[in-house]
Amino acid sequence: MENENKKIIELIDLTRIFEDGLIAVDNVNLYVRKGEFVTFLGPSGCGKSTTLRMIAGFDKPTKGKILLNGEDISDLPPNLRPINTVFQRYALFPHLNVYDNIAFGLKLQKQKVTYEKADGTTFTKTEKLSKREISEKVAKVLKMVDLEGFEKRSVSTLSGGQQQRVAIARAIVNEPQILLLDEPLGALDLKMRKDMQLELKEMHKKLGITFIYVTHDQEEALTMSDTIVVMQDGVIQQVGTPTDIYNEPKNSFVANFIGESNIFSGTSLGDKKVKFIGKEFDCLDDFPKNENVDVVVRPEDVIFTDIGKGKVEGKIISSIFKGVHYEMVMKVGKTEVIIQNTEERKVGETVCIDIKPDGIHLMHKEFSSNKYDGYITKKNTVCFGDGEFECDVTKLYPNSTLDEEGYLITDNGEKIDLTDVDVNVEVGLKDIEISDDENAGGAVGNIISIIYKGDHYQLIVRTDENEEYFVVDTEDTWNENDRVSVIIKPEKIKLTLKTENHR
Amino acid sequence: MNTQDKVIGREKLIAEKAPKKSLFAFSRKQLGIPYGVFLALFVILPLFLILYYAFTSKTGSFTFANFIDFFSNPTSVSNLFLSLLIAFVTTALCLLIAYPVAYILSKMKAKRGTVLLLLFIMPMWINFVLRALAMKEVMTLMGIFAKDDFFNFFNTIVGMVYDFLPFMIMPLYTTLIKTDKSLLEASYDLGATKAQTFRKITLPLSVPGIISGAMMVFLPSMSAYVISDTFGNGKITIIGKLIEEQFGTGANWNAGSAIAIVMLIVMFVTMLLTGGFKNETNVRGTAL
Repeated sequence: MENENKKIIELIDLTRIFEDGLIAVDNVNLYVRKGEFVTFLGPSGCGKSTTLRMIAGFDKPTKGKILLNGEDISDLPPNLRPINTVFQRYALFPHLNVYDNIAFGLKLQKQKVTYEKADGTTFTKTEKLSKREISEKVAKVLKMVDLEGFEKRSVSTLSGGQQQRVAIARAIVNEPQILLLDEPLGALDLKMRKDMQLELKEMHKKLGITFIYVTHDQEEALTMSDTIVVMQDGVIQQVGTPTDIYNEPKNSFVANFIGESNIFSGTSLGDKKVKFIGKEFDCLDDFPKNENVDVVVRPEDVIFTDIGKGKVEGKIISSIFKGVHYEMVMKVGKTEVIIQNTEERKVGETVCIDIKPDGIHLMHKEFSSNKYDGYITKKNTVCFGDGEFECDVTKLYPNSTLDEEGYLITDNGEKIDLTDVDVNVEVGLKDIEISDDENAGGAVGNIISIIYKGDHYQLIVRTDENEEYFVVDTEDTWNENDRVSVIIKPEKIKLTLKTENHR
Repeated sequence: MNTQDKVIGREKLIAEKAPKKSLFAFSRKQLGIPYGVFLALFVILPLFLILYYAFTSKTGSFTFANFIDFFSNPTSVSNLFLSLLIAFVTTALCLLIAYPVAYILSKMKAKRGTVLLLLFIMPMWINFVLRALAMKEVMTLMGIFAKDDFFNFFNTIVGMVYDFLPFMIMPLYTTLIKTDKSLLEASYDLGATKAQTFRKITLPLSVPGIISGAMMVFLPSMSAYVISDTFGNGKITIIGKLIEEQFGTGANWNAGSAIAIVMLIVMFVTMLLTGGFKNETNVRGTAL
C-alpha cells in the first residue's frame, strides 16, 4: 500500500497574479496523493479554476512550482503533461464525430514498440497506435460511459448529458495520471447531475486515476470527494475529509460555505465553557479564558426542550417545510437562530432550545480587520463601536466632493444627504492607535486581553456600553484592564455602503 | 388568492384590446409585401429579361445563336478561361496573404487587433476605381509597373489582389475570432502541439470563412474589368469587359445577355462546388 501515500502532484508556493494585478491564487501549498479524489471548493473567483488551469498547463504560475511525481513541470506545455481535462463547457470538437473526438488524443500518441528480427536481434521503433488499437480503446471507453453505438453521431446532435459523457470519455481514454474536472456537471439539470456524481465516483474507483475536481457546489464536494480543499480569495482555507470539513470547520468562511450553519460571536470562559447568545454552554473545545471566538452550531444540532428546561427561550419568526425537516428561525433578542427539526413549531410560538456540547464547535476568531456596522452622522463623521470618528465620506462614491453645507456631490452632479446612512466599517488591526488620554480618541474601553504574537502584541479593547471590540496590533506594552481611548485616522477608516453588494 | 385576481384582470385587458386593432398593427404577411414587390421588380423580372434577350435574335425570334456565337469564337472562349484563371489566381493569392493576417489579428488583444483590422479594411471604403488608379500610379512611380505586354497578366493580378484583399480578410477574421479558445486548449490538453492544433482544429473550423472569403473574391474578380483595364494596358479582356462591350459600344443586347447567362452558370457551379449554398456556412461565413 506504499502507492497509496505517494504524492502524485505537489503545489509549492503557487501564485498567479493576472496582468491587471489581481491575485487569483496566493501562495498555495498542497499535495495530492496518488489515486485520491480531491475537490477544490469555493465561490466563483476564489482561484480554484486558475489553480486547475495551472496544473493543466494553460496558465503559467507567476511564482512557485508544480511537481508531478517529484519533477517540476511548471514550464512543461500542456500537450506534454500526462494530465487530461474535462472542460466546463465540454469543449468537444464540433467538426468531428463522437469517435473522432474520443480518438483525438489516441491518434497523437506515440509508443515505443520492440520488434524481433528473424535473426533474433531486437530493435525499438517509435510509432503511432494502430487503427485497431485505437478503435478497441474507443469502444471500451464508450461502453464505460454507456454510449455504445454513438460512434458516428455528430456531437451537436447529443444531449447535454451525452456530450458530458463524450467529454469524459475523450479524457480518460488517454489513461492520464491525473484527470482534471472543471465544474463538469454545472450545465446539467439536478437529476442528471446527481446520477453523474455517482457515476463519476464509480469511474474513479474503477480507473484508479487521481481525480482533481473543481466545483462551487458544496453538496457535490461532500458527496464525491476523499479530500476537500476549500478556497477563498486565492487562499486555501481548509483541507480535510468531507466529515472534517463539515464537523470541524476551521473558520467562519468554511462553516458558512459548507452547509447551513449558525455562527455566533462568543467568548470562551475556559474549562470547556463558552458564552454566546447571552448564555453559558458546555462544549468540547478547550479555549483560553476570555478569548473571542466564533461559535458554529449546525441547525440540526439545535434541539427543542420543554419551556423552562432548555438554555434559551425565543420566538419562532419563520418556518419552511424542506421535505424531510422544517427549517425554522428563532429570534433571541437581536440574534437569529436557524433550527432544523422534523417537528414543526408554528410562527409566533415561544420555544425553548438547548445545544449539546458536541453540537457546539468553537473557532478562533480570525482577525484580519475589525468590522462594524455604522452610520454617518450629520457632521459627516461615522458612528461605530460605541464611538464617533472623523472619516472621509467622499470615498463612498467615486470622484465625489462635499459642498459647504455638508451634502455630498457625486461624480454626475447628484446631491446626497448622508445623514443616518448605514455603512460597513472596516479598520485594519495596525490602523488603530490607543492612548491613555480618554478624550483623545473616538471610543473608550478597557483592555481585556493581551496576546503576544512573536513581534507584536494583539490587544482587545472592549467598550462599556455595547461591549464592542477593537482588536489592535501594537508594539507598545500595555497592561490588562488599562482604560484607553481608541484613535483611528480618518484615511484608515474604510467605508462601504450597506446596500451595495460588496465582495 | 391575490395573484389569481390579478391574472383574471390581465386576461380581461387582453380581451378588451383584441378587437380594437390599431391601424399600424400589420400582420407579418402584410409587412412582407414591399420585399416581395422589390424582388419581383428588380430580381426576377430582370432575370427573365436577360433570359429572353439571350435566347432571341435581334428580330425577336427564338434562337441559340447567341450562345453558339460565343462558344465558337476562340477569342471569347479564351477570354472566359482567362477570367477564370485571373479569378482563381487572385483568390489563391488573397487567401495566402489574408489567412496569416486574419490569424494574427484574431490572436491580438481586442483593442489593438480591432485598430489594425480597421487599417486593413479601410481601403474598402474608398471607391475601387480610384484605388486601382492610385495603385497603378504608385507602382509606376516606384518603377515596378512593367509596360511590357508580357507583364499585363501579372499587373492585373496585383491590382485584383490589392483591391479584393480586404474582402478575404474580413470573413476569415470573423470566423477565426469566434473560434472557441477552450477547443484549442482541449487540443493541447489531449497532446497536440501548436502546429497540430492549427491543422486539426483551427483550420477545419475556419473553412466557412475561407469559403465565404473565396466567393467574395472569386466572383467579383471575374467581372471587375475596371481593374483589368487599368492594369492590363487594355490587353487583358475579362468576361465582364465582354458584356460591357456588347451592351455599350456593340449595342448587341442579345449577345451581351447570353454572356451574362454563361457567367451566371459559371458562378452557380463555383458556389455549388464550394458548398456556398449550405445554410450553415452562409450564416457563419458572411457575417461582414
